Amino acid sequence: MTKDATEVLRLNRITKRFGKLTANDAVSFSLNQGEVVALLGENGAGKTTLMNILFGQYTADDGTVEVFGETLPAGNSRAALDAGVGMVHQHFTLADNMTVQENITLGVRSLFSASLDRGAARARIVELSETFQLAVSPEARVGNLTVGERQRVEILKALYRDVRILILDEPTAVLTPQEVDDLFVTLKQAVANGLSIIFISHKLHEVMAIADRVVVLRHGKLSGSARVQDTDTTSLAAMMMGTDAVPPVIATSAAGEALFELKEVSTPNIGTAPGLKSVSLALRANQIIGLAGVSGNGQAALADVVGGLRMPAQGHVLLGSEVLEKWTPRVAVQNGVARIPEDRHKTGTIADFDLTENAILEQYSTAPFSKKGWLNWRKARAFADGIIEKYDVRCPGAGTRIRLLSGGNMQKLILGRVLEAEPQIVLANQPVRGLDIGAVNYVHSQLLEARDRGASVLLISEDLDEIMTLSDVIYVIADGRLSPAFTRGEMTPAELGIWMAGQGDSPKEVSYAS
Amino acid sequence: MEIIDILFTASFWAAAIRIASPLIFATLGELICERAGVLNLGIEGIMVAGAFAGWMAVYSGTDLWTGVAIAMFVGMAFGLLHSLLTVPFGLSQHVVGLGVTLLATSSTYYAYRLALPEVTSPPKIDAFQPLEIPLLSEIPLLGGALFSQTPFTYLAFILVLVVSVVLYRTPLGLALRAAGENPAAVAAQGLPVTGLRMGAVIMGSGLMAMGGAFLTMSAFDSFFFEMVNGRGWICIALVVFGAWRPGKALMGAVLFAAFDALQIRVQQTSFGAEIPYQIFLMMPYILSILALVMVSRRAEVPAALMVPFNKGER
Repeated sequence: MTKDATEVLRLNRITKRFGKLTANDAVSFSLNQGEVVALLGENGAGKTTLMNILFGQYTADDGTVEVFGETLPAGNSRAALDAGVGMVHQHFTLADNMTVQENITLGVRSLFSASLDRGAARARIVELSETFQLAVSPEARVGNLTVGERQRVEILKALYRDVRILILDEPTAVLTPQEVDDLFVTLKQAVANGLSIIFISHKLHEVMAIADRVVVLRHGKLSGSARVQDTDTTSLAAMMMGTDAVPPVIATSAAGEALFELKEVSTPNIGTAPGLKSVSLALRANQIIGLAGVSGNGQAALADVVGGLRMPAQGHVLLGSEVLEKWTPRVAVQNGVARIPEDRHKTGTIADFDLTENAILEQYSTAPFSKKGWLNWRKARAFADGIIEKYDVRCPGAGTRIRLLSGGNMQKLILGRVLEAEPQIVLANQPVRGLDIGAVNYVHSQLLEARDRGASVLLISEDLDEIMTLSDVIYVIADGRLSPAFTRGEMTPAELGIWMAGQGDSPKEVSYAS
Repeated sequence: MEIIDILFTASFWAAAIRIASPLIFATLGELICERAGVLNLGIEGIMVAGAFAGWMAVYSGTDLWTGVAIAMFVGMAFGLLHSLLTVPFGLSQHVVGLGVTLLATSSTYYAYRLALPEVTSPPKIDAFQPLEIPLLSEIPLLGGALFSQTPFTYLAFILVLVVSVVLYRTPLGLALRAAGENPAAVAAQGLPVTGLRMGAVIMGSGLMAMGGAFLTMSAFDSFFFEMVNGRGWICIALVVFGAWRPGKALMGAVLFAAFDALQIRVQQTSFGAEIPYQIFLMMPYILSILALVMVSRRAEVPAALMVPFNKGER
């Protein structure tokens, strides 16, 4: 790789505080022409905040950003764009109801110019998508695209503006392993065309694969920096996490009898997301069942069936050996199903209720929290205090509105709420999404504890690493269909990726026959 | 049979177009607001204010088009108030909208009483007169219906075209629609979401006021209390009916107006005399609701409609 070591970007002692929290503490680093710098750090280390300052979405309390030797005005995205900095956000900033081309051309021309010149714009998009191998149709409606395709649109959006510096915030978090490979091809092409890239991640092997240099953030401070060829994953992990985070030790366990079964269950589609298609699945005691897959492939439908929100249109569900006629959320809770919902903000908690109220959401109508139609707030408060104590929920007290808690602490309260009842079946849907590594380890150790107590844990996650680490048995869901069961260590990530792309069961003979 | 005959008279369609005109202005106004992500329930009151302002201006001696412009400015002033409260301050769009309607309506009646304390019946002005377009107005049926209207009506149809072109063919329209779909995407391109949304509400409110002014300056020649009579609410439904598209909204307005024109005529037929006239008065609304139910199920609401946007918040 050619290195003329021209510095294109420099951050000088950036400091940003949110109230008492110091998100970035005097962070400095630089980026050279044609270089890929990985910004590594666990969730909450301040990576995204730093990049939002660079991109002008936040204003730093102290420090400056220099692009091509010029200091950028603070808090001005437009100036950052004009200086040649483009950012692909972790949460895409696309309008679903508009086409790819409309999303890409938004804001490129002056608002008061007379025309959009759609023909020329389209030609340019097609050309860019060919050069950088970003296959996507300009006319497609963004809402109909897969997550991987949407990311391509985001990258095209930046390239369309002739950016020289591209920032990618956790770009691989939502991709299948194959899509990650495609992304890396694109990034290498971009570097070959003279772009410089900042690649934000917390996945060590990806950083080793794509970056030239690694900069590590920890608790908002720069904790280290190294050239990739001079380092390895172990020392990067140490820089990233310090020594206080120890992942739980995992021993495989022998599966018990089936506690809950789906027999050839089909459900209708939910919007554009497919329903289940003749899915059979047994949740056995003493087992963590991992469900891998790209989001929107039927995970929601499966979670709804297990959690009692949806009855199968065809097929049936069994609790033990009993075929269920009525399976509602309340019946599910009463029969020992613990639900850790996918979206803790929307469906897991009520933001403006306090911790006590949120703690009894599932059990409020039964003893001891309610007797003869009256709530017993003393018992509820004691229950909430117990969870706060036992699950280490960091908060000012049980009377705090839950919206004020961090994601990790919110999740701990949900864990406490469902696990205190010693459930038989634990439905954990994306249980660690957006949590920092300490909280991730805690949630995982609680799930393992539940398993060792004899519960069956259904772990639904888009994070293949998480699935492969925790699960005793792994299924992949694609387009509402379930793969066969794989045991721990049976498949490589790439092999699972083929199933995630929905091509796992295509017979190999086809290629010979045709 | 008489109904079929009515449908083939130019006078029926001319009436339908005339009744549709104020709805077209106000529906376009509401559509612009909603496309940018703001529900403007001030529409009913802004139409009242526009009806009064345009008429009063002409009564005080300005020419008709100046009156239209004054009505528009009054509407824009109420739009500024609405957008200040809903966009930068992010207050509830329902409460602010209904508040603006109440404020605009009652302050208009107050202004009327201040301006004309003595009169028992409101004075008349010289309203817009029909302008027959040479050649085109000679076309059978269509000519009488479409091309023998007042210039104010022609303006309504021109504006449908203008709004369509701006929304779909210019960078401004693209940014405005994006502000109603995903304001974060707009902000990420360094564009001012607040400015776009406020601008849309102000312009939209100006159009609503022109819709009101049509009533006093073209449809009738005087101002009465209660003359807007729920037309603003109909326009909110028409925006949904039109699936947030100007062309479809125009068709919705003409359809509703045609029902209205039809019921008046059917009341006067021998068949109509047998039935209580209130039934006929209900017909346009009932048929509109039915049409709305059938058409709008597939409609795509702007995704960020009624979602306030604050830069820097997650």
